[in-house]
Amino acid sequence: MQFMLLFSRQGKLRLQKWYVPLSDKEKKKITRELVQTVLARKPKMCSFLEWRDLKIVYKRYASLYFCCAIEDQDNELITLEIIHRYVELLDKYFGSVCELDIIFNFEKAYFILDEFLLGGEAQETSKKNVLKAIEQADLLQEVCCSLPSS
Amino acid sequence: MPAVSKGDGMRGLAVFISDIRNCKSKEAEIKRINKELANIRSKFKGDKALDGYSKKKYVCKLLFIFLLGHDIDFGHMEAVNLLSSNKYTEKQIGYLFISVLVNSNSELIRLINNGIKNDLSSRNPTFMCLALHCIANVGSREMAEAFAGEIPRILVAGDTMDSVKQSAALCLLRLYKTSPDLVLMGEWTSRVVHLLNDQHMGVVTAAISLITCLSQKNPDEFKTCVSLAVSRLSRIVSSASTDLQDYTYYFVPAPWLSCKLLRLLQCYPPPEDGAVKGRLVECLETILNKAQEPPKSKKVQHSNAKNAILFEAIALIIHYDSEPNLLVRACNQLGQFLQHRETNLRYLALESMCTLASSEFSHEAVKTHIETVINALKTERDVSVRQRAADLLYAMCDRSNAKQIVAEMLSYLETADYSIREEMVLKVAILAEKYAVDYSWYVDTILNLIRIAGDYVSEEVWYRVIQIVINRDDVQGYAAKTVFEALQAPACHENMVKVGGYILGEFGNLIAGDPRSSPLVQFNLLHSKFHLCSVPTRALLLSAYIKFINLFPETKSTIQEVLRSDSQIRNSDVELQQRAVEYLKLSSIASTDVLATVLEEMPPFPERESSILAKLKKKKGPGAVSSTEQEDGKREGGELNGGGERGADSTIAASNASTPSPSADLLGLRSSGPVSAAPPSAGSLLVDVFSEAGPAAPAAAVNDDGFLSSAPPSVVSEDPAPPMPQSDELLHKFVCKSNGVLFENQLLQIGVKSEYRQNLGRMYLFYGNKTSVQFVSFSTSVTYTGELQSHIHELSLNVQTKPVEPLVEGGAQVQQVINIECLTDFSDAPLLNIKFRYGGALQNLTLKLPVTVNKFFQPTEMVSHDFFQRWKQLSQPQQEAQKIFKASHGMDKEVLKGKRIMENFVCAGVIQTKAQQVGCLLRLEPNAQAQMYRLTLRSSKDTVSKRLCDLLAEQF
Repeated sequence: MQFMLLFSRQGKLRLQKWYVPLSDKEKKKITRELVQTVLARKPKMCSFLEWRDLKIVYKRYASLYFCCAIEDQDNELITLEIIHRYVELLDKYFGSVCELDIIFNFEKAYFILDEFLLGGEAQETSKKNVLKAIEQADLLQEVCCSLPSS
Repeated sequence: MPAVSKGDGMRGLAVFISDIRNCKSKEAEIKRINKELANIRSKFKGDKALDGYSKKKYVCKLLFIFLLGHDIDFGHMEAVNLLSSNKYTEKQIGYLFISVLVNSNSELIRLINNGIKNDLSSRNPTFMCLALHCIANVGSREMAEAFAGEIPRILVAGDTMDSVKQSAALCLLRLYKTSPDLVLMGEWTSRVVHLLNDQHMGVVTAAISLITCLSQKNPDEFKTCVSLAVSRLSRIVSSASTDLQDYTYYFVPAPWLSCKLLRLLQCYPPPEDGAVKGRLVECLETILNKAQEPPKSKKVQHSNAKNAILFEAIALIIHYDSEPNLLVRACNQLGQFLQHRETNLRYLALESMCTLASSEFSHEAVKTHIETVINALKTERDVSVRQRAADLLYAMCDRSNAKQIVAEMLSYLETADYSIREEMVLKVAILAEKYAVDYSWYVDTILNLIRIAGDYVSEEVWYRVIQIVINRDDVQGYAAKTVFEALQAPACHENMVKVGGYILGEFGNLIAGDPRSSPLVQFNLLHSKFHLCSVPTRALLLSAYIKFINLFPETKSTIQEVLRSDSQIRNSDVELQQRAVEYLKLSSIASTDVLATVLEEMPPFPERESSILAKLKKKKGPGAVSSTEQEDGKREGGELNGGGERGADSTIAASNASTPSPSADLLGLRSSGPVSAAPPSAGSLLVDVFSEAGPAAPAAAVNDDGFLSSAPPSVVSEDPAPPMPQSDELLHKFVCKSNGVLFENQLLQIGVKSEYRQNLGRMYLFYGNKTSVQFVSFSTSVTYTGELQSHIHELSLNVQTKPVEPLVEGGAQVQQVINIECLTDFSDAPLLNIKFRYGGALQNLTLKLPVTVNKFFQPTEMVSHDFFQRWKQLSQPQQEAQKIFKASHGMDKEVLKGKRIMENFVCAGVIQTKAQQVGCLLRLEPNAQAQMYRLTLRSSKDTVSKRLCDLLAEQF
């Protein structure tokens, strides 16, 4: 997988993960182009499309679009299920996840993704094992709640 | 505001995020962000040391701001500090910031690597994973240098935790992808392969991605993985849906791992060991069988996971291409999917069938689905699915169904989406040509193509129809008649006028017997389109007219009158005017015999790969077309028009060359057809006919108008050609540039990259073959002009070139390295001579190598006082060179205005040569009002001042 993007129906980017080195300018350009392309598609259309020399696999969950770019020899259907498994992980962690959870806890969304996918490949596909890793990390966190905030 | 569900909330961050969300406008958002940035900056700069929590919070805010799309130029240091925190969340945020925002700031990379190194050696698995994730996310070269040796050790060490192994495997994969040279194979290699046997499914899942990538690059070293992968796959496939516990996904056992195993096997040929192969075939059969079983769940996830494995298995079956039974079963399965209610499955089935169509075992089976595919082309609502259907029709096309498929594609073209029209046009043109048994059908198809989608018909397509008509005398009369009819339409596309003009100019006589298409009627028809056409088409029409004068003497006076009219002979376009003048003169002074010789019918074109096919390949990227084309070539022998160098094909084609037989199609005659009179010169491929004579003209000697092709073949000498007239201009382009395109014509592109240090330089030349045909006997040499060699009695430059491969494949690029040592200062650039044979003709061109004395400049820093003191020291008249000239690029007023004391610019530097160092001072005085510059150079050596002044004066 070359990258994964999460964006809202309004075209706001909620999460971006790049597995190939690209300049910030190029990333912005790709994002703009893809968000436009995907949002322009109608609901019943196919979840795959050719884009430049890559294959785009996307799926909409409520108000969020999950969009992955994979290479020519990669499997579209299994990528679709990668997206689904990630959604399940978020759902389980946040307890029926919504867009706001991802906005306010964006760092968690990144941590969960890193446990699941690394370098664009599946690292651990067992839901239990991924959540166990995240929960262990959460246990390591110290409790600090009464500090002043700006 | 939603409650933060888990972990430690950073309240300040949550407040900030809601503030941003509440912003009513972009301006308000930017204002809020700037306020926050100022706040964070002051906190970071403040005297009071920040505690870990605050640092984490601010770094996290910066990250949020960056992810919103704003630039962040500080905070990196604080993030790096977080790495050394012993609190997990602080470390985690530090790593996240670095993963997202790191740039190759060498100072920081060292510190980051330090932090990573500490965590890797901490033996705390959670910390180790964080560090490995960071390496995998950043994957920079510096990190590869630091850790490529360490990670394999972690990966295969006996006491490494499973989760760390998983991260290490994928981390290594990322490093291998970015810096393969730094990941050295070693004794860990064989142990990595054995991870396929690991107890832990997660470890296998992660490791197999690494193994697949490594196998692709080093298949021999990893080939033991085949039998391991087969046995692992067989265990998964035969397991009950609950055996694998959490690795079962919606009742499908380990779908990700299964797909990856099947993918890994695609890196290798079928297993040689009979037992292994038998087991694998059994697996594949089981997978195909399961597709027929009733689903265990109605959820789409179940069917997606199951079908993902199925498609991967089919991909493997196609890759092996040796089991007819499995291939046909795969085809039947895909056939079912073609009518599935899920759009995704229809899409994938069409895509997968495209590759099946090229296998000799399944080609016929694929063909049975033609009606379904045509129906998909007509009725699918999603353009990407229709596109796949069009691709499949193209792939399944052969002689038996070509007429049907071409007709369907043509009718689809009328309503096709704009985005895919050009590709469709190319495909129709190729199929029509490839499977044409009767040439009138071919001509009809192409003319229809121009009529329906004229705007999308690229030059290659109409060039090609002309080539074919010229080469086949049995179709010329029909072609003339058909274009004549097509031109009758009140609105016809300019491409039609081009084809019409060319064909009537050559073969109008074949239909002139009919009073409805008498010479004058033909001429008037063409001329009625003249005023609607662009300049190149008009030029073509003028050539058609002069050909008419030869074909039909009775039209001479009418045509001369047209040529003589002011709108032609005084046309503001120089090309049109020249043609009008020359053709008029030619028609009035030449005798009929001379005229007949000069304007003789075009000789046949030499056969070669279809330029259309080359264009489609280029559009689709290599592989997309070529793989099926190769297959076709295998299957159908000489029928294909593909690459000219295919041995077996060309013998078949040659035997059919002059007599049309069913197996020699339009393009089959790539070896010598009956070539008349003068052999066409190298450039006479039709593609070159109308384009501007490229810079290669001296060698190619293309008569710039192919009509007058009986010009004597050019004599090409083996001696290096004299430098091209534009070589000086090209040289000036590179005075202040070190990289770029040095030269380009229709055949060849030369790119240059260079770097200089002191008196040494290294230049990389990239020769790109722009055609689809290989260049042979490719050689280059660097020579010196007289001045460089003898005038100074010693060499000024020492230039070493490494020889290049004599063969440059079509579309390929070769690189040449040139080392340059500057011995003493010099004025003339060395000459680069390039020779090669393209389609039999020698191409010979000479350029100036972009090496100028200023490349060996080293800047010197000096204060203005020093500068003027030295300036005065160099006051002898011969030490100074001066030029006053008009600004050729206009002056950048902003630059001039912005700095008040900028009446003049000064620079200082030293030219480094082996013999001596020459100090140089420069002064540039712009005069904005007059748009003039005065450039003065002073140096300790007169030749240097003069040369630099000449070179630099060209740059302003």
